[in-house]
Amino acid sequence: MEEIRILSPTGVCGSGFLEASFEKALALKPDFIGCDAGSTDPGPSHLGAGHAAFPRDAVRRDLRLILLGARKLRVPLLIGSAGTAGGDVHLEWFCGILKEVAAAESLRFKLALIHAEQDKAYLKKRLRERRIKPLQPAPEFNAAVIDRSERIVGMMGAEPYQRALDAGADVIVAGRSSDTAIFAALPVMRGFPEGIAWHAAKILECGAAAVVNRKTPDCMFAWVRKDHFVVEAPDSELRCTPQSIASHSLYENADPFRLVECSGTLDLTNSRYEAASERSVKVSGSAFIPAARYTVKLEGAEKVGYQSIVIGSVRDPFIIRQIDDWTSRLTTRIHARVKQVYADRLKDGDYFVNIRIYGKNGTMGPLEPVREIRSHELCLLIEVTAPTQEMASSIAAIVRHQGLHLPIPEWSGLITALACPYNPAHLERGAVYRFNVNHVVEPDDPYEMFPMDLYAIDGATQKKAVA
Amino acid sequence: MKALAELARLIRSKNAGPFELTFDIMFDDAATYERVKRSGAVSREAVALRYGLPAADVKFFYCDHALAIKASIPRPCVQGDLRDSDGHGGQQYAPLMDIEIP
Repeated sequence: MEEIRILSPTGVCGSGFLEASFEKALALKPDFIGCDAGSTDPGPSHLGAGHAAFPRDAVRRDLRLILLGARKLRVPLLIGSAGTAGGDVHLEWFCGILKEVAAAESLRFKLALIHAEQDKAYLKKRLRERRIKPLQPAPEFNAAVIDRSERIVGMMGAEPYQRALDAGADVIVAGRSSDTAIFAALPVMRGFPEGIAWHAAKILECGAAAVVNRKTPDCMFAWVRKDHFVVEAPDSELRCTPQSIASHSLYENADPFRLVECSGTLDLTNSRYEAASERSVKVSGSAFIPAARYTVKLEGAEKVGYQSIVIGSVRDPFIIRQIDDWTSRLTTRIHARVKQVYADRLKDGDYFVNIRIYGKNGTMGPLEPVREIRSHELCLLIEVTAPTQEMASSIAAIVRHQGLHLPIPEWSGLITALACPYNPAHLERGAVYRFNVNHVVEPDDPYEMFPMDLYAIDGATQKKAVA
Repeated sequence: MKALAELARLIRSKNAGPFELTFDIMFDDAATYERVKRSGAVSREAVALRYGLPAADVKFFYCDHALAIKASIPRPCVQGDLRDSDGHGGQQYAPLMDIEIP
C-alpha cells in the first residue's frame, strides 16, 4: 500500500462542519474517517458529573452525517473520547445517539465499544506495585484519592483501536483516548512510518484548526505516504501553509517539538514543511521514538462540594478605593456569622468563601501586574462552596446580608453597599469538581485497561457478539 | 523600542492539559520573528518574572518553522479548581504584550 487517505470531519464531534466540505472530502475516497469527541479543556465537571460539553442535538447532527458517510464508502469510522470525558456514562450517552441514528437510517454495521473508565481496585493494585508514576506537575495521588474520585479514566493509545479493527469493527466508539491515536492507529497498523503517521494524526485531530483562515470548525484531509504526508482542507477557501501546519503543534501543547504518547514520543525537531500547492502542505522528517515502557495517562475528578454564588457590584468610589480592606472585613464577618448559625455543625475547613473582584484582578488574581484600580465600578463574584447545596445557599444568604450593609468609615448610618442584579441574590451552581490526578500507569499490555465489547447493529436491533 | 503586541501576529495563552498553561507568540514574517528572537527580550527569564516563577519552571522554545516563540508554565491554579479564574487559560497572556523589543 503506497498511500492511506484520512478524513477528519471536525475537531470535536458536536462542534460542527460544513456539509459541502464533508461531501468533497468523501469524493477524495478516504480509507477511514476519524473523529475526536472529547477533551479536558471544558473542565473537570464533565468527567465528575458525567455529562458532555456539547449538546445532544449538535452531536447527533454531526454523528449522523459522519456515520452515513462512512457507511456509504464502507470504510472504518473511529471515534475517540466519546461524550467529552470518555467515562462509561459518556460512552453510553454517545452510543445512545449512535444507535438512534442507526435505527432511523436502517444502518448495519459491526460496532466496537472500547471502555476507558478504570476499575478502582485495579488502580489500587498498580499503586501498591508502584506502577503509577507522577507527571510534572502532579497532585498527591494515593488510595484515598482513588476512593473519593467520582471517576478515573485512562487515555488509550492506538493499540485498543487496532484490536477493534482486527476484530472486524466497522465503527469504533472509544472512551477517553489520545486524540492522535484515533488517526494513527490504522496507518501504523498498515506499516506506515510512525513519525509520519503520528504527525499527520496530530494535525488531523483538530479538524481544520491548522488552516490560515479558519472560518468555522470544518474538515481536514491527509494523504499519508511512506516518507511524508500531505494535508489539505477540503473547503477550497481554506488554506494550509507551511507556517500554519508547523504552528499547529504549538496549540494546547506544553512542548511543541515532543508529543508524548503511550507507546513513545513524536519528535518534530527535524520536521520539514513545504508547500505542496497553494493550499496544501507536505510534511516529512518527523520521527517517533519508542518508549522504553508503555504508559497510560490517567484523568480523574472528585467532588469538592456544592456551590452557590452571589453577584453584586459596587459603584461608590469610597468603597472602591478600600475594596481589599472591605472584602477582608466582609470575609471575617461571614465567618463569624456562620459560626453563630452553625456552631459545631460546620468547621472552618468545611466550607470555602472566595471573592473575585472584576475590575481589579478577576481574570488573573494574584498574578495581575496592574495594581491600581482604574474602573469606576467593580463586580464582586462571591462563591460559597459547602458540603451540601442547602448549606452553600444558606451561607450565600449570609454573604448577601453581611455584604449589603458592611459599613465604611466615610459614611455614618446604615449603608447598602452591593448592587445585586438577581433575586434571590444567590444562584445555585450544583456540585463542583476538581481534577485530581496527573499520573501515568505502567500496564502489563496496552489492552488491559481498555476492555472491548462488540455488537452487531442492524437498524434498531443490536446483538452482542463474542470478540 | 516597540511593544511585543505591536510586532506579533498573535499572542495567546491556553491550557496545555489541566496542569500547565502555555503561551504562543506568533509572527507574520521571518524578519520580525528574527528581530524579536535576536533581541533576547522575550526569554525564559522574562516569562518567569511576569508570572512570579523561578526560571527553571518555565519551558521555553523558539519554533523557527512556525515563526513563533513559545513558553509553558505550571498552571497557577489547576484548571477548574476553586481559585481558578480562567478555565481555558485563554486570558493570561496580557502581561507579555508590553515587553519592550529594541
